Amino acid sequence: MLRASVIVFPGSNCDRDVQTAIERVTGFAPKMVWHGDASVPSSDVIVLPGGFSYGDYLRCGAMAAHSPIMKDVVAKANAGTPVIGICNGFQILCESGLLPGALLRNASLHFICRDVFLKVENDQTFFTKCYREGEVIKIPIAHGEGNYFADSETLDRLEGEGRVAFRYANEAGETTPESCPNGAQRNIAGIVNETGRVLGMMPHPERLYEKALGGTDGRRVFESMLLSTLEAAA
Amino acid sequence: MKDAMKAHIKITLKNGVLDPQGKAIEGAVKGLGITGVGDVRQGKYIEVDLAESDPAKAKAIVEQMCKDLLANTVIENYSYEIG
Repeated sequence: MLRASVIVFPGSNCDRDVQTAIERVTGFAPKMVWHGDASVPSSDVIVLPGGFSYGDYLRCGAMAAHSPIMKDVVAKANAGTPVIGICNGFQILCESGLLPGALLRNASLHFICRDVFLKVENDQTFFTKCYREGEVIKIPIAHGEGNYFADSETLDRLEGEGRVAFRYANEAGETTPESCPNGAQRNIAGIVNETGRVLGMMPHPERLYEKALGGTDGRRVFESMLLSTLEAAA
Repeated sequence: MKDAMKAHIKITLKNGVLDPQGKAIEGAVKGLGITGVGDVRQGKYIEVDLAESDPAKAKAIVEQMCKDLLANTVIENYSYEIG
């Protein structure tokens, strides 16, 4: 049993993609929860989907971070409920303070929509345990503001504590400047909080979860959330 | 609004934070053949009407707005004038 809740903000546009991915991969349909609600139903996982919440007004994710539902998302995350933010969801996690740093305009100024290679840096988290550390996977990105920024002290701490989950890499797994599509510092594509139970990532695993979509490398994010939930219940 | 005040808020990227939009503007300005132009940094300017006549209270309101929403202090600085 997996009780997932997908938060729907005005301007979310990957909410139904992730809903379908969770249902097809885990067999359990998530609840869709409107951002104006005061609380999230009791959940094993909360998902902040991709999109352009509030039209990206002010800063990406800034308005959504102050949506009525977010007080409860933050409270539940701090109490241990796993939360994954994908793309705009990652931006919302940073704006709400659940993850450090910020996502800036891509260094090239271009909106980038293509498959990229990622190196799995941490396979011990709630959302990554079905991957293997060091393996290279292919997942698409689709963003204009995915350029991860934090001060060097924060970056050192993230790396020192093993909190970088994914890095942009080339097919051989080398994290070179050329393999970083958006200018993100230290090629960071995804990070987790101190407990490994809150993950923010710019790439979209829900877009590559079965062969008909062109690949399956995103699938294990959803398999990981199911496995982690079942292990915790056992 | 009697005795209303207005806040003029400026939000700028911190030094050291990459500003690709500023760079693009700089390139475009130079492309126009305008000389004597150095670095360009882009920011935001926000005006807020305040229903408050006490300057100290007005300042407190503006501070809270800037910190909680208008600026992301990880990457941005803010300054304001109230008048």
